[in-house]
Amino acid sequence: MAEATVERKQRTWIRWQLYLSFLVLGIGGLFGVLQALDRLGIDLYTPLQSAIKSYYQGLTIHGVALAIAFTFTFNNAFLSLTTLRGLGRPLASTALLQASFWTALAGVVLAAAMMLANQASVLFTFYTPLQANSLFYLGATLLVVSTWLTSANQLLTLRAWRREHPGERIPLLAFVSVVTYLMWDLASLGIAVEVVGFVLPWSLGLVKGTDPLFNRTLFWFTGHPIVYFWLLPIYISWYLMIPRQVEGRLFSDGLVRAVFIMFLVLSVPVGLHHQYTDPGVYSSMKFLHAVLTFAVFFPSMVTAFTVVAALESGGRARGGRGLLGWIPRLPWGKPEVSAQLLAMIAFALGGASGLINASYTMNLVVHNTSFVPGHFHLTVGTAVALSIMGIAYWLVPYLTGKELFGRGLALAQSWLFFIGVLLFARGQIAGGLEGQPRRLFVTQAAYASPAWRIPNLMTGVGGLLMVLSGVLFFVVLLGTLLRRRRAEQLGEFPLAEVIYGPERTPAVLDRLGAWLGAAALLVLVAYAPTLVSQGVRLLSPGFRLY
Amino acid sequence: MMARLERIFLTLTGIALFVGVLAIVASVAVGGVHLPGPTGRVDPNAVRQTPPFSAPGVFPEAPGRYRAVLLARAWAFQPAEVRVPAGSIVTFVITSQDVIHGFMVEGTDVNAMVIPGQVTTVTAHFPRPGTYRFLCHEYCGVGHHAMFGQVVVEG
Repeated sequence: MAEATVERKQRTWIRWQLYLSFLVLGIGGLFGVLQALDRLGIDLYTPLQSAIKSYYQGLTIHGVALAIAFTFTFNNAFLSLTTLRGLGRPLASTALLQASFWTALAGVVLAAAMMLANQASVLFTFYTPLQANSLFYLGATLLVVSTWLTSANQLLTLRAWRREHPGERIPLLAFVSVVTYLMWDLASLGIAVEVVGFVLPWSLGLVKGTDPLFNRTLFWFTGHPIVYFWLLPIYISWYLMIPRQVEGRLFSDGLVRAVFIMFLVLSVPVGLHHQYTDPGVYSSMKFLHAVLTFAVFFPSMVTAFTVVAALESGGRARGGRGLLGWIPRLPWGKPEVSAQLLAMIAFALGGASGLINASYTMNLVVHNTSFVPGHFHLTVGTAVALSIMGIAYWLVPYLTGKELFGRGLALAQSWLFFIGVLLFARGQIAGGLEGQPRRLFVTQAAYASPAWRIPNLMTGVGGLLMVLSGVLFFVVLLGTLLRRRRAEQLGEFPLAEVIYGPERTPAVLDRLGAWLGAAALLVLVAYAPTLVSQGVRLLSPGFRLY
Repeated sequence: MMARLERIFLTLTGIALFVGVLAIVASVAVGGVHLPGPTGRVDPNAVRQTPPFSAPGVFPEAPGRYRAVLLARAWAFQPAEVRVPAGSIVTFVITSQDVIHGFMVEGTDVNAMVIPGQVTTVTAHFPRPGTYRFLCHEYCGVGHHAMFGQVVVEG
């Protein structure tokens, strides 16, 4: 087949995976309504009990759909496309691309069926020994497998490209796409061992017991770096696409590569900062992870500087003057840009609150309070989700050849979401600082505090605004998809111009195997003492308390 | 490959993060804030026969010092009430007989996980009389939001 035909076929499969991610976004977002109403003192769970058994069943669907299924399927689609575009050739295997889609779909169907049947109300962290139906764990496993298939396809494509282009630097867009998945390959080992080695056999009754602390440690081995798996695809948009979309330029190829290498090396050995309050984990190891978490904050600060510098170059090119005069000159009227600019502002707040979570002793004030969901709705809930919506506003026309429907609606959507999350997160953070636990069925709780009332009001109103914004997003999306196709593809693939190109970048940054090895070594140092000292004692039977 | 402003920005970032780490060290070394750590294990299936959890309760240890042995289970703490005089220092020793629970005491910096198989040990000082609730802050099933208890500090 000619390259163009192969590429067209591959774009079709990429599109299907993208649609799957939006479908899951819709399902997961919808349950946000019930949670927001609960914060406003309106309990819809009790009247809806024939369909949804509990608040926690709804919360499980919300978390699994959005944090796992939505992000994984979007990444599979988006970073397959950026690899294809970055290397300027079709992916090595259309079959792998198809397999990734079907595997993800099977995973979504299995997990959704179990969650909807109230067979898996264990939340997205699925801490054992609460036990779900084994098909739920199988569904989650398939979702992870779909990401590995995407990664394998990227690596095969990179190998083919290297054969065709001996001695050349890996194009930057492909480099960052491949490194993101390499980081995730390493990161996902924890959850893979947890589920395949311990949880699945236990839920199938093949072994009688499981070790809750060991499983938790394996979960957070993956559970922190997963946030970089959510984030790095968005960084790719912010670094390599947004500058183009605001008519600015990216400063340095080398700096972007260095940032992604830092994430590859530092993302994984930080998971214990989710376990500061766990018994059975040595404080020295917790402290080591605290320091490494501070270190992984560094590449994000580089990103903040570089991305803002690119924005400034765009604003100035568009006639902005003075210290801050470039800001209003940015193309705020384009929904694909405004959504991501607002997402960046939310991310600044999210990053700051994340540093509080990571701060070892200060974590005692906020651990497992509503401060934490306040934090991560600013990061994954907005920096990532709102950016994905912004990306969709150019990506869907680009992939379908259909013009975006309702640009004004799309613009309103991005602002509504932003205002919504500011209220939502402020409420959650304030409630958390007043000691309100996270994951709490507020209207039915046996305890309350007057200090939680106004925060919960803010959270509820903000949450409803976010859901309303989500409805607008789907109006725009469906309106676009129902339009007539105008061309094979519409609009350009936005790729930033780089001032200092790869010729000035140290070649050592492209030695991906060596960096992966270094990352694995650091992970070993950071985790081996904890895992070895804990040991595995399979004592806990399963409990289904839902 | 770096501009001057960028170098300044990143240097300041590095300094800020370093100061943050120093502040954490100070909170432990000077402030005396400690995190829960390994303080023992127990077979979760035999917890009701294993001391001290075979007889949960509040025990005086020394003048002004108490030891509160708590057993967490879906969806209650046993005992659900801990009574001590004002000014007491209370060491909580907790485990779970079923799933993972949480333990957070209002008005203190006590915040810990309660994990089956592990013993959680945390200490709080109660200088003033009053009622301080302790909440389970980890999802532990449909009755999670009913799981709490209280420390009653008597004047």
